[in-house]
Amino acid sequence: MLAQQLVNGVLLGAGYALFALGFTLMFGVLRVINLTYGFYFSAGAFVALFLTRDFGFSIWTALPLAAMAAGAMAVVLDWLLLARLRRRGAPELASLMVTLGGVLALYAASTAILGPDIRRLPPGLIAGAPFELFGLRVTMAQLLILLASLVLVGALVWLLHGTRLGLAIRAMAEKPDAAGLMGIDTGRIAALVSFVSGCLAGAGGVLIGLNFNAIHPYMGETMMLRGFVVVIVGGLGDIRGALIAGLALGVVEVLTAGYVDSGLKEAVAFAILVAVLWTRPSGLFGRPEMRRA
Amino acid sequence: MPVWLDNFLWTYQNLVHALGINGLLALSMYVVLAVGQLSLGQAAFMGLGAYSSALLTLKLDLPFALVLPVSCVAPVLFALAIGTPTLRLSGVYLAIATIGLGEVLRAVYLNVDWLGGALGLSGIPLRAEFWMIYGLLGAAILVLWLVGRSGIGRAMEAVREDATAAQVMGINLARTRLGALLASAVLAGLAGALGAHSSSFIGPNEYGFEPAVTILSFALLGGIATPLAPVLGAFILTLLPELLRGFSDLRLVFNGVIIVLAVLFLPEGLFPLRMRRRAA
Repeated sequence: MLAQQLVNGVLLGAGYALFALGFTLMFGVLRVINLTYGFYFSAGAFVALFLTRDFGFSIWTALPLAAMAAGAMAVVLDWLLLARLRRRGAPELASLMVTLGGVLALYAASTAILGPDIRRLPPGLIAGAPFELFGLRVTMAQLLILLASLVLVGALVWLLHGTRLGLAIRAMAEKPDAAGLMGIDTGRIAALVSFVSGCLAGAGGVLIGLNFNAIHPYMGETMMLRGFVVVIVGGLGDIRGALIAGLALGVVEVLTAGYVDSGLKEAVAFAILVAVLWTRPSGLFGRPEMRRA
Repeated sequence: MPVWLDNFLWTYQNLVHALGINGLLALSMYVVLAVGQLSLGQAAFMGLGAYSSALLTLKLDLPFALVLPVSCVAPVLFALAIGTPTLRLSGVYLAIATIGLGEVLRAVYLNVDWLGGALGLSGIPLRAEFWMIYGLLGAAILVLWLVGRSGIGRAMEAVREDATAAQVMGINLARTRLGALLASAVLAGLAGALGAHSSSFIGPNEYGFEPAVTILSFALLGGIATPLAPVLGAFILTLLPELLRGFSDLRLVFNGVIIVLAVLFLPEGLFPLRMRRRAA
């Protein structure tokens, strides 16, 4: 029983980690809490829904296409909302407020267009019945989450640490001005980081939507709470921390739902966030060199 | 009270109450923005005030004069728990933690039976009177105006404009910011209690993400030059949807767009007249 719950928690947590990764990457490189991030999660899920239901795509092609569509939206919105503030060197709260207004407009507009009801992916998209693996029951959706998370995290680590582009991204995270002076096209790097982050959010939306089989416009907003917990516990901008914290959050949620009350899983997650802010504000794995206000 | 005024208030009671309550909420946002922080917990604080006041009235049947001040306790405690650690850090931490608070409380209201679950709490007696709402609004504007003109107001402005310089001048950053956040929690809690006792029903979805952003749009439209500016912003954004009926689906889109435009093109708000202060 416990082993089964731990497995469920880790598989759910892989999805959370994937989602939070893009959020923390955006903050790490662009120094922005981008609240439109949750919208890319919803957008990815909806694109996958339309592709599979109305155009008969399989999940294997719909997943990457939906992720890239969400990435493209992230690039456009970053250019519309944030590029100007970045050039002006505006304070970080100004960019936070712009994305907040933007995301409310986006959610409200998509609810007005698509309607607020919960949609389901077409049946038979992926084998629904769970099967036994080493005495544990897992579903295809869970395995897909694990597989996609491993592939995408691997690709991200390779991009950041194995390519010259990654070197440029890390340079920009370190010192944007100096990176610009070294001949790095910071506008292009900002677009690239937005695209990659949007893809991660979109993929997360498809996978979590598949896991719970419930897709609605505001699903990204409820997901953002998990994103906040993961990036604060893991440390803002810390990719390794986000991975560990994401997996841990999945386990904590499943155990809370299993042994305490499923209605309290958000409250427990938030209590952890507040506890970390009190004790280790730079994250559980962070070095204590905080940028003090 | 003259007859025509009485008639007018009776006919437009809901709107008149909503204007005053939104004015209080705009002030609660103003106090935090005035020290250069961004709290998105205003709706959550309002919800805490609304739920605690409704429970006090429904379960214990306490008099409203007692319920109103007690309904500020829960918002203040939550503001302390979140504000104390985050206000020492960069501003994004308070923003993140307070948006999170709104989402969490919504989930708690939905899932805890004695808070009414998805149905919310209904049958709350209508005890919020016109004079209470506008009396509190007027008092809040007056107090904030006087504070704004005093040394504390100068300290708040210094903290907002340049925290490092303010600290060098001997201003206690954390205490100034926390004081502002607590004042904002009190105002939002009062607004919540008044709102609950002028609509007879409260539900878990009234205090979530959308109202939180809407309250920010009040303050950003009006600006934060004086305490009157955000209140005027709230009045405009509360009256506008009444005048443009038929566009109710797009009301939230509009509020969101207002924030984007205000930050990008109108950082001083619509009413940038500054407060007069005597020279130091």
